[in-house]
Amino acid sequence: MVPTDLRYTKDHEWVRVDGEEATVGITEYAAGQLGDIVFVELPDVGRTLAQFAAFGVVESVKAVSDLFAPVSGEVVANNEALAGSPEHVNGDPYGEGWMIRLRLTEPGEVDELLDADAYDALIAAG
Amino acid sequence: MPYGPHTAGDREQMLAALGIASVDELFADIPPALRASGLDLPEPEPELELSARLLRMAARNRTDLASFLGAGVYRHWTPAAVDQILLRGEWYTAYTPYQPEISQGTLQSIYEYESLIAELVDLDVVSASHYDGAAATAEAGLMTCRATRRERVLVSKAVHPHYRATLAAYFGGGLQLDDIPLVADGPDAGTTDLAALERLLAETDRPVAGVIAGQPNFLGLLEPMAEIGRLAHAAGALFVSVVEPVSLAVLAPPGAYGADIAAGEGQPLGIAPQYGGPYLGLLASTDALVRQIPGRLVGMTTDVDGKRAYVMTLRAREQDIRRDKAASNICTNQALLALAASIYLATIGPHGLRDVAAQGAARAARLETALAAAGAPRIHPGPYLNEFAVRVPDARSVHRRLIDRSVLAGLALADILPDEPSLADGLLVCATEITTDDEIALFASALSEELAGAGARAGVAEAVR
Repeated sequence: MVPTDLRYTKDHEWVRVDGEEATVGITEYAAGQLGDIVFVELPDVGRTLAQFAAFGVVESVKAVSDLFAPVSGEVVANNEALAGSPEHVNGDPYGEGWMIRLRLTEPGEVDELLDADAYDALIAAG
Repeated sequence: MPYGPHTAGDREQMLAALGIASVDELFADIPPALRASGLDLPEPEPELELSARLLRMAARNRTDLASFLGAGVYRHWTPAAVDQILLRGEWYTAYTPYQPEISQGTLQSIYEYESLIAELVDLDVVSASHYDGAAATAEAGLMTCRATRRERVLVSKAVHPHYRATLAAYFGGGLQLDDIPLVADGPDAGTTDLAALERLLAETDRPVAGVIAGQPNFLGLLEPMAEIGRLAHAAGALFVSVVEPVSLAVLAPPGAYGADIAAGEGQPLGIAPQYGGPYLGLLASTDALVRQIPGRLVGMTTDVDGKRAYVMTLRAREQDIRRDKAASNICTNQALLALAASIYLATIGPHGLRDVAAQGAARAARLETALAAAGAPRIHPGPYLNEFAVRVPDARSVHRRLIDRSVLAGLALADILPDEPSLADGLLVCATEITTDDEIALFASALSEELAGAGARAGVAEAVR
């Protein structure tokens, strides 16, 4: 069971809404599928992202994948610790492995995302 | 599986499976006007007659000329070991294998190439090579745009015109490329105009991703690279140095003056001048740009038994993985030519390379003196290494007539830089360690006679008038 306090995308990003801001990362399932993550490329603070726009790149030993913003917003923080310790994405995807924090510009978009049950069903279906 | 082309039966079976009547239908998306409609080739000839004809054509090449032609491609002495080792069949591919670690020898050769070039340019990371200096320079320009998320690159007009043309082709898809003009006169004539560079960088509504300058520049002159780099960095742009590798044995390397990227033509490192290549594109960068550098990087590690092993360390941004988001859609390297450069550098060593560069400079200085005495003084006063421009009245026709006197008098600058009036009477000439005193004397005397003859002809014309 994935954490119930988060919302999810079909591309395996998670978002945790906290007032006007939201934290974004990739799910444990996604990290497991990618394998050992060796590099994460994140956007600079201040960049404006549209919902589902590519905001960065995650590189594992076997694949390179784009990261998509679950919701629209302005980047207010990126997880600089991942530059030196990208393994946090594998080890603690919902905690230390977070990637960016956004100031929401379209809070209503959150409701369109998958809840934990729907995301569980998605990954169970493979 | 039979080794042969498809039979008519094979083709019919495949067409039936696809539900189409002819192979042409597969190309229906290509407008008819763009399709090849047969090739205009002469009739086939027997091998004996064909080789006789090709030999007759080859005999029309002039290989007897005393050559002073450089302009991006340089003649050097290559130790016989270089070509002899290249003849080994194991090396005969341009490609790094797609299951690379099984080919430890290929990976080791690329690793050694990368290590040698890194030492020459004094930067952290070297790609496994690109098609040629022009392609590498264009890739460097694109790297600066990706890294800075800006879309405008400034390139000095003293960067090789062919490289600038390739840059323009790569930048045709929406990126902006602006020329930095040259200083017109005074002690810095022929080098990149720093004041103009500052003005171009100050256009804050069009932020600059990268600044590209050559060392030595196309006219053979030494550029104020540290100053160009400082101006670029102050504007938040990256700095690309286009280098000639032999010169790095005696000039400061790009890493020493703050270049973020070095690009250049590797031909002078043991590769014979060839019409149209193949050549060797050098590309190197700082560690900070490692994920922007296209192509692949090979590293050294230890295997499970602790033995030395070579691995494909980074190729994650290539097109088979990143598709349309790949760092480049040309990731083919020039493994055989990179190997030639490695054998050349390993054979002559650092002292040998310094001798090559220093000998070229010494002979160029003698060439300058001889040409000046013959009536062709240098155009630019600034320092050069082994190539420089001289002023010759009616340069293009003098150049043509000197070929009849067995002298290839460099390059008529009007042919390659037609929009620079100050160079209309210019010949770009170079000397390397294989230029002899006899060749220099021949050039000087032939030029002197041509200029005297031209004077005489002008006198006749004057008299007739």
